[in-house]
Amino acid sequence: MAEGDVLFVDVVAADRRVWEGEALSVIVRTMEGDIGILPNHEPVLAVLVPSAAEVLTRDGKREVIAVDGGFIAVSDNRVSVLSQYARLAHEISLNEAEHELREAQKLRNEGDNSDATRQHHDRAVAQLAAAKKADSA
Amino acid sequence: MASSLRELRQRRKSVASTQKITRAMELIAASRIIKAHRAAEQGEPFITELIRAVSAVATYSNDEHPLTSSPEKVRRVAMLVITSDRGMNGAYSANAIKTATRLRERLEREGVEVVRYAVGRKAIAYMNFRAQPIRRHWEGFSDSPTFAHAQEIADALIADFMTPYDDGGVDAIYGIYTRMESMLTQTPRARRLLPLEIVEGVHEPGEGEILPLYEFEPDPETVLDALLPMYVRSRVWFYLLQSAASQLASQQRAMKSATDNAKQLIERLTREANQARQAEITQEISEIVGGASALADAAAQD
Repeated sequence: MAEGDVLFVDVVAADRRVWEGEALSVIVRTMEGDIGILPNHEPVLAVLVPSAAEVLTRDGKREVIAVDGGFIAVSDNRVSVLSQYARLAHEISLNEAEHELREAQKLRNEGDNSDATRQHHDRAVAQLAAAKKADSA
Repeated sequence: MASSLRELRQRRKSVASTQKITRAMELIAASRIIKAHRAAEQGEPFITELIRAVSAVATYSNDEHPLTSSPEKVRRVAMLVITSDRGMNGAYSANAIKTATRLRERLEREGVEVVRYAVGRKAIAYMNFRAQPIRRHWEGFSDSPTFAHAQEIADALIADFMTPYDDGGVDAIYGIYTRMESMLTQTPRARRLLPLEIVEGVHEPGEGEILPLYEFEPDPETVLDALLPMYVRSRVWFYLLQSAASQLASQQRAMKSATDNAKQLIERLTREANQARQAEITQEISEIVGGASALADAAAQD
């Protein structure tokens, strides 16, 4: 990796741009497991699972972002993480996420398998993962 | 004379109360349009990024996928028309419907069957009145759509797109929405949603430039399967947001001109009423003067 190479990262949710900036690395969880992106990575398009994405920014800070699926596109040192729903970890309340997860799981156990419930569940899982990851740092 | 003065005043009063209403609606639209406009702007990065990604997959993978490959012959298409739920928007809904009609006529000339999907009560009422069949319709959120609405509409469209022709499925999807160019201009547009119309935002590789060969994870098929619903949803979402902002903008304009008209009308009626009142007074005075002089004449003769 040549000195000075950075990634331009764009995390976009359906309703807004969640985070944008320069980063040294990006870690996301795809359907096949965690993938880490460093500068000059080969072009990749991967489907994400509900999880917490991690961005190591240029000034050494760590941004944790909850995503409820979507995908990541990498080409030419440009990384776009696209997800219908995305929230920065510090915007998330752990209690609320846990509460939501319980609700969604309850609905699921009662046999409710609608898209809305699944979405709720995915979001709660993602938020929880992000909140925990952010705490562990 | 007295009755006409009363009539004039009555009319002025009624115009004034109409003006109050239109003025209020103008202000409401003005305050909500900022929010709608911002929502439309904030939704834009998502759709542009998505189009980039979809174009990338479509351009660099040769897989046959319903998202990218168009059928040899288009026999039936879905037409999604987005209008408002209520009137008072000037020509907003009428323009969208007109664009839809033009598209439908063009398609029908080509021998393609058109299936209608309507969003907003205006489009539903228009089609019902003309006894045109509507396959699906949605209403009640034309000025403040949420992503859930977009998802519902998109999922219905995708379901029909994936259904084989013989079971009532469609070969293509067109969307008619109103693009918010600025506060002053909103233009209705007809766009093909599916199959994909390539390619916005991806530049042709120049001489000597190497095409990025995407690595797909887990595989192109799965990526496309995940992309398809997301792409359609975000497109519909984009259309809804643009239409909502356009609707409010055109409402504000329509209500502003209504208020201005009311103001002119009030001015005119006030002037007429004053004239009538003055005429009444003049008449009264001349009657009194006439009566007095008649009395004086009578007294002089005595």
